[in-house]
Amino acid sequence: MKFDIYDFSVLTASIHQLLGEMMGETAVMITEMVIVGIVFLTLFAILGLALVYAERKVCAFFQQRLGPMRVGFWGTAQTVADAIKLLLKEPLMTKSADKFLFNLAPFIIIVASFMAIAAVPFALGLQAIDLDIGVFYVTAVSSIGVAGILIAGWASNNKYSLIGAMRSGAQIVSYELSVGLSLLTIVVLTGSLQFSEIIESQREGWWIFRGHIPAFIAFVIYLIAGTAETNRGPFDLAEAESELTAGFHTEYSGMKFAFFFLAEFVNMFIIAAIGATMFLGGWMPLHFGGFTAFNEVMDFIPPIFWFLGKTAFLIFMMMWFKWTFPRLRIDQLLTLEWKYLLPINLINILIMAFIVLMGWYF
Amino acid sequence: METTIFYIISAIILVFSVLTVTTTKILRAAVYLLFTLVATAAFYFMMEYNFLAAVQLTVYAGGIVVLIIFSILLTHQINLDLKKINSIKKITSGLVSLFGFILIGNIIYTHTFKATSSVIADTSVNEIGRTLLNYGDGGYILPFEVISVLLLAAMIGAIIIAKKK
Repeated sequence: MKFDIYDFSVLTASIHQLLGEMMGETAVMITEMVIVGIVFLTLFAILGLALVYAERKVCAFFQQRLGPMRVGFWGTAQTVADAIKLLLKEPLMTKSADKFLFNLAPFIIIVASFMAIAAVPFALGLQAIDLDIGVFYVTAVSSIGVAGILIAGWASNNKYSLIGAMRSGAQIVSYELSVGLSLLTIVVLTGSLQFSEIIESQREGWWIFRGHIPAFIAFVIYLIAGTAETNRGPFDLAEAESELTAGFHTEYSGMKFAFFFLAEFVNMFIIAAIGATMFLGGWMPLHFGGFTAFNEVMDFIPPIFWFLGKTAFLIFMMMWFKWTFPRLRIDQLLTLEWKYLLPINLINILIMAFIVLMGWYF
Repeated sequence: METTIFYIISAIILVFSVLTVTTTKILRAAVYLLFTLVATAAFYFMMEYNFLAAVQLTVYAGGIVVLIIFSILLTHQINLDLKKINSIKKITSGLVSLFGFILIGNIIYTHTFKATSSVIADTSVNEIGRTLLNYGDGGYILPFEVISVLLLAAMIGAIIIAKKK
């Protein structure tokens, strides 16, 4: 395969060897942990800046506006300016709030997304940790984030925050099921929970094409439930500004608010990245059986661009949802999950299991 | 390195377990419990029991603690500080826990742990799944089914209780 020339494990191995020559085993381990941590922190910052800009531009174009245009070329430096503004803002503190929990909540949320992004496979050999239970791990750690939202809502000592947190809690706990089950549909096909193996199994073609209609249904459900998981519109009633001011983060300002904001965007990236990995083949290039020349050309595009392209496409879809659909009511939201998505999902898994059993996929 | 991490995680578990029972604010107790459970998951990850660690995170940290926090938020007395316990109770509970600690410590220190010569158990998801649904020797199909029926019954019961107006 041509794209093996873009293998990142060569680079990481050489870094490991270089460090090994300079220091002892324990020191190498600690240094590598620090390096990985710094890389992810940088990635978080870049993702935050890029996605906020993208969101504002996409929103503007959907509403036939231009969006930010003044700072930098086409407003590209706007989010940098916003970040500096957030850094310089005064961190406000409500008088009768539980100080410890109030300050803790943003960190719980950000740590949960930090843990989840560790398992995301960015390219061949470019993955912080390739656990044998990768998919399960990501769903497990992202389920901790909701605790942060609930704590933030309560610790703010504000009725809007509390209502927002309650809504968000009910929403995330229910939609987690659909995310997990739609991912399980693909796990039935791959027979493995490890991300590297899931991607490897898509060498001949992406699961969304090879898995027939059940894979497509799972993909649609995953997108809906994933959007709900990140508290984004049309499921953003945790922070419905027309009724709840800003929901669970009403009382937060400055960097603590920025943490919530950042976590939302990073979670969106993670949902899109996992979706791209499970359904669209991760960093695998697009291949069609039989077209050898076409496949060769596709192989020359580095895997990292394939991955980022697919993720960007899914992120664009989620932004598209946000700016075109009206917000749901809480009862509609719960009805959608428990009466429609969950039963469809369960039947879908059964059909998929049957297809795999009969060997009808190709 | 591993030993250092082990001591750090143990310290986290011990400190937050004590804080969980000594704090007077009910929501803080729930948050400390969350830390204790997450640190336990870290133990499993350290021992490379990845599946068990992820189960610990989903079921306990992501499920039970969130449920506890949720039910605390639903009650009216979230701001209520728990009453200070009087000293007689403190002394008796202290004595009881001391006794338990001595008993367990004694057992652990007098018991001779033998290193097993057998191969380390396979903890991959594949193997766990096969064992759970195996009806042959060493299979867990009966407990698995009994627990599923129990959970189903609990779910139906909850729905019926919630429906009754």
